[in-house]
Amino acid sequence: MEEKQGKNYIISTIVENKPGVLHRASNMFRKRGFNIDSISVGPTEHKDLARMTITINGDETTVEQLIKQLSKLVDVIKVSVLNPQNSVIRELALIKLHVADAKARSDIINYANIFRGRIVDVAPASMTVEITGTPDKIDAFLSLASTFGIKEIARTGITALVRG
Amino acid sequence: MVKMSGSHALIEALHKEKVDVIFGLPGGAIMPVYDVLLDSKIRHILVRHEQSAAHMADGYARASGKVGVCMATSGPGATNLVTGIANAYMDSSPIIAITGQVPRAMIGKDAFQETDIIGITTPITKYNFQPRHASEIPKTVKMAFQIALMGRPGPVVIDLPKDVQMEVADMVFPEKVEIRGYKPNISPHPLQVEKAAELLSKAERPFILAGGGVIISNASQYLQALSELLLAPVATTFMGKGCFPENHPLSLGVIGMHGTLEANKSILEADVLLAVGTRFSDRSTGKIDEFCPDAKIIQIDIDPSEIGKNKAIDVPIVGDANKTLFELYNSLSKRLEKRESSLWSKRIQQIKEEFKDKIKVDQEKDLVPQKVLKELREILPVDTIVTTEVGQNQMWASLYFKVYKPRTFISSGGLGTMGFGFPAAIGVKVARPDVPVVDIAGDGSFTMTANSLATSVAENIPVTVVILNNSMLGMVAQWQRLFYNRRYSAVELGEYPNFVKLAEAFGAQGIRVGSIDEFKKAVKQALISDVTTVIDVPIPPEENVFPMIPAGKGLREIIY
Repeated sequence: MEEKQGKNYIISTIVENKPGVLHRASNMFRKRGFNIDSISVGPTEHKDLARMTITINGDETTVEQLIKQLSKLVDVIKVSVLNPQNSVIRELALIKLHVADAKARSDIINYANIFRGRIVDVAPASMTVEITGTPDKIDAFLSLASTFGIKEIARTGITALVRG
Repeated sequence: MVKMSGSHALIEALHKEKVDVIFGLPGGAIMPVYDVLLDSKIRHILVRHEQSAAHMADGYARASGKVGVCMATSGPGATNLVTGIANAYMDSSPIIAITGQVPRAMIGKDAFQETDIIGITTPITKYNFQPRHASEIPKTVKMAFQIALMGRPGPVVIDLPKDVQMEVADMVFPEKVEIRGYKPNISPHPLQVEKAAELLSKAERPFILAGGGVIISNASQYLQALSELLLAPVATTFMGKGCFPENHPLSLGVIGMHGTLEANKSILEADVLLAVGTRFSDRSTGKIDEFCPDAKIIQIDIDPSEIGKNKAIDVPIVGDANKTLFELYNSLSKRLEKRESSLWSKRIQQIKEEFKDKIKVDQEKDLVPQKVLKELREILPVDTIVTTEVGQNQMWASLYFKVYKPRTFISSGGLGTMGFGFPAAIGVKVARPDVPVVDIAGDGSFTMTANSLATSVAENIPVTVVILNNSMLGMVAQWQRLFYNRRYSAVELGEYPNFVKLAEAFGAQGIRVGSIDEFKKAVKQALISDVTTVIDVPIPPEENVFPMIPAGKGLREIIY
């Protein structure tokens, strides 16, 4: 992985909920050379609006420029930078682990419980755990789980809302 | 509510936007629109290559301030427009490109002449549309015009599947549409204006750098008033050329890579720099770290993303140049008395005097670009609109063809598109049939879109082309002389084509001149001609454009 230099930012945007919006946003990131860590999109309480949550690591100038460029897109209605202290931040991860023996199986179940995760699939030589939480929590589970051997990981990227 | 086809709705909507001309070329996927166009009052100008249609629309837009419209079929028709769209995007020119598309059911199937023009043009348009139902067309056109013109102008694409053009639906033509994601901030924040006024009123050596935004927002009169009140010299960017009269005592001409010595030298002495409608492009500033490192900088721009993009700014002001300069002037006129001169204005006159005629011009030869362009300026009326091609011809025009009015100098600045000038001149002439239009060209650039001669003759749009003919891709050759040990790689064009015969083959007038007197005579002849005139001016093949700041160097490292 690349060495991270700047700060992590979470940018929450309200966009038109129509085809091509993600394309326009991602195209702008590529064109302007912004390196996005994650992006997640989903509908909101208004059916014609979607929320796009972007995380980026960068310096203040870069992030300021990214926000301006995002705001400039016709389909982007509102852009705000979330303050982590004042926001609910969640990510969902599905982690498929090797299961070597019965002990490993029970250990995985125990760890999953401690992390308030759920076992969502069981197969003879693998188990899939679902974890929801802040990225830090997921990272912590991953480092623990790596002792079993990770077969596959799927992470959604961050989605977030301001508190209150 | 009225029932009509998508094509009828498109033409009706264009009509409602007061479109009187479309530059285009038909093909399979746009035929329903062309069929309806036949019965409309909108003039269609048939091009010979779609790239020229986009440049014509661009020239039309820049000369008039209105939206220029071009049209092409799907696939290659649409992709041929791409260079022209990118050009309009870089120079913030409001054009609308209408493209045909394969029927809805065929989209994504790699159908004949299908291309993803929405995907292709997303990074080079302000916005693009692909209506999936005919009933969306009236609103789409309304939005397209609003987006193209509002705030910082730019190109918009409307991609119309063929079956949408044919579909009949109930149409509602809105008077205005609300675009919730695009609301440019026109009025500057009063506090920021006050801050700027405060800074400028205390400045000892205020300097104004004016860009294309001043022309777009028609802010020239306030710029001049402000400059005279502050006794601040004005340098323009290349895109800003014409926004301040270049014969004004406070004018320093164009700044940048091939800017004037006086502009590039004196801007470095400024203590407060007022930059308006400029994006601090690398061609204007040279090495950005060495550009006015000690000056306090005020930047006015309607596009917030341009503020601080390339250069850190002390006082940012988001707003329309016209409105902002007006308010800044009002604020300053309360603080300052108008004076005849200042230490700084005297210093500026001294710098101008010092660098006057510093650039060596061949005294023995007659037909050198510097002299040719000075003569051209002498002959052409002040209102003449000049376009240029790209390369040495363009930079000589910038240096030696002085411009006194906004919208009378039109050139491809950001993209640097060879082949722009001639079709743009045709578009300009359509917008302004009342004034002479002249394309200052190079032989390489002109050859790229010379097929537009057919359009200019067939459609009776007479313009003048002055080819500074060095039988070279001159600017590339200059770089090879200066930075590649004179190793000429792929720059020698030879004496092809014979431009007189080429012009005549298209039914235009061709004149090759052998002296400056013949040149003057030819221009006068062109000005009264009913057909387009191509004046072929042989110039020395190895003439350099100076001054020059080598790429990546700071303004101090200017060579001449």
